[in-house]
Amino acid sequence: MAIVDIEGVRKVYHRDSQEITVLDGINLRVPEGEFVALMGPSGSGKTTLLNLIAGIDRPTSGRVMVAGTDLSLLSEGALASWRSHNVGFIFQFYNLIPVLTAVENVELPLLLVRMSKAQRRERALTALRVVGLADRALHYPRQLSGGQEQRVAIARAIVTDPKVLVADEPTGDLDARSAQEILELMETLNKQFRKTIVMVTHDPRAAERAHVQRHLDKGVLTA
Amino acid sequence: MALPLTYNIRSLVVRWKVTLLAIFGIGCVVTVFVVLLAMLAGFRLALRSTGSPDNAIAVQRGSGSELTSFFSGEAADIIAADARVARAAGDGAPLVSREIVIIANLPRRVDGAPTNVTIRGVSPLAFQVRRGLRIVKGRTFKPGLNEVIVGQRIGERVRGLDIGARLSVQKRDWEVVGHFQADGSSFESEIWGDLDVMAPAFQRTGGQNSMTVRLADPATLKAFDETVQADPRFQIRLVQEQQYYEDQAGPVAGSLLALAGFVALVMGTGAIFGAMNTMYAIVAARTREIGTLRALGFSRLSILTAFVVESLFLGLAGGVLGCLLSFAANGYTTATGQTSSFSELAFAFKITPANVTAGILFALAMGFLGGLLPAWRAARLMITSALREA
Repeated sequence: MAIVDIEGVRKVYHRDSQEITVLDGINLRVPEGEFVALMGPSGSGKTTLLNLIAGIDRPTSGRVMVAGTDLSLLSEGALASWRSHNVGFIFQFYNLIPVLTAVENVELPLLLVRMSKAQRRERALTALRVVGLADRALHYPRQLSGGQEQRVAIARAIVTDPKVLVADEPTGDLDARSAQEILELMETLNKQFRKTIVMVTHDPRAAERAHVQRHLDKGVLTA
Repeated sequence: MALPLTYNIRSLVVRWKVTLLAIFGIGCVVTVFVVLLAMLAGFRLALRSTGSPDNAIAVQRGSGSELTSFFSGEAADIIAADARVARAAGDGAPLVSREIVIIANLPRRVDGAPTNVTIRGVSPLAFQVRRGLRIVKGRTFKPGLNEVIVGQRIGERVRGLDIGARLSVQKRDWEVVGHFQADGSSFESEIWGDLDVMAPAFQRTGGQNSMTVRLADPATLKAFDETVQADPRFQIRLVQEQQYYEDQAGPVAGSLLALAGFVALVMGTGAIFGAMNTMYAIVAARTREIGTLRALGFSRLSILTAFVVESLFLGLAGGVLGCLLSFAANGYTTATGQTSSFSELAFAFKITPANVTAGILFALAMGFLGGLLPAWRAARLMITSALREA
């Protein structure tokens, strides 16, 4: 069964009177438990496609079904709520909140779920244990290395047990060794925890970890 | 669900320089606002605490102040004889004080500039009719002599009113024999002497400007006033004494309130823009953070609330700072020369709980208004654009 089912998606931006087509007739099916790498040159539309899958952007036309929900039918508020339950985000620059500790950052998505403070803390610590950073729970992002920050971000992405993880250049800001560790962690999440992962990357070594590589060029899936 | 308050507080602490500047700006405005309110409160208190709830003052109908009131001694006798007037314990004499009021032009202690001072000639029973008066230095005046006692506040503000000094008014010398306090009331801005000596000296024989009456039962005032007003022999009304003096504040209190409002409006508008500028800078610096929170599933309302709360923190901190700074002016004595009697009224700035509450609410309003538009901008940010911000 496809957890991501995209049909005939177009995305057009308007700059002044100019019309820029970023995605042009995309069809994509990602089965549950798949690890997909989206590749392509800059400006090819990979991040835009990822944003549509993640529900933080809407297509100009076409249908985006994720985890059984047609995202185009959801209101702004419903879409926000849907994201909090169904999608985990991994960003290139980690995007941790600098004034919150590692465990508080991981707890953030759980604030949108009905649970006690103690339960929230316990789940956040469990997520940190999964990424191997339980001993850094009370550290602030500035006290962590880049690789550690990205692992905290991954813990934040998985803490609500979402169906889909979207990763935008997750190793783009890391040294080779840290990048390796992050990719291994993502593989573990995919294999052991059956997380569907859609990852945008420029890095061929990162893409090799994925089961499937899809290439975009000028807004069209070429392979 | 809303973002945790620790997020807001720590965000402000991290950007402590910007935060302190905004707090200081709001604090300065609140200081000025509270000090102006304290001035108004002190002025009102000086007039409100003038007089006793048991007393009524008889004045000529249609007069705006004691200065423009005058009625005959016969009229005063008729009122004093009424059974509703309290009697002295010993001889059973009615507890009334017939009084004349004149204005003398005296030099201010600070610069010698002339200022109007109220001189009041009172009956011997004045100290029984009016409670709360006490001699704090020297002694009271002796009946029949050219002696005066001076209210403590005016004694501090006007030259030549020290004990033993001779005050020259209407070609007569009056010896200052004592200083008195009157619970901070406007009587402390007056000079008192014997009515029987002052009336001929100031050409006020045959009557008085006012008569203060101690009521046996304050509840009878309304009926007593109706009786007096219905009497065709004179044109007099009876007013509760505290109310009478409080009403004298009318135009000045209104002016002070208008001034406080105007200053608060002008400075407050500036402070709102200052807070707004700070909050816009905070929002701009945290654009990617906002995008991340929105991507995680926090609603626009959560973001709006978070930034408004942050701005309210700024306002609250500024309000507390402003109120604390304003206490430096508490008790400062000044005077106004624009009362209904045209004489100088000295009063102390009084910071009341209501002033502090008003200051804090004003600061919160500045914080709220200053934060609303930037918070709205934060809430309306496109997630995809916000995430691209450096």
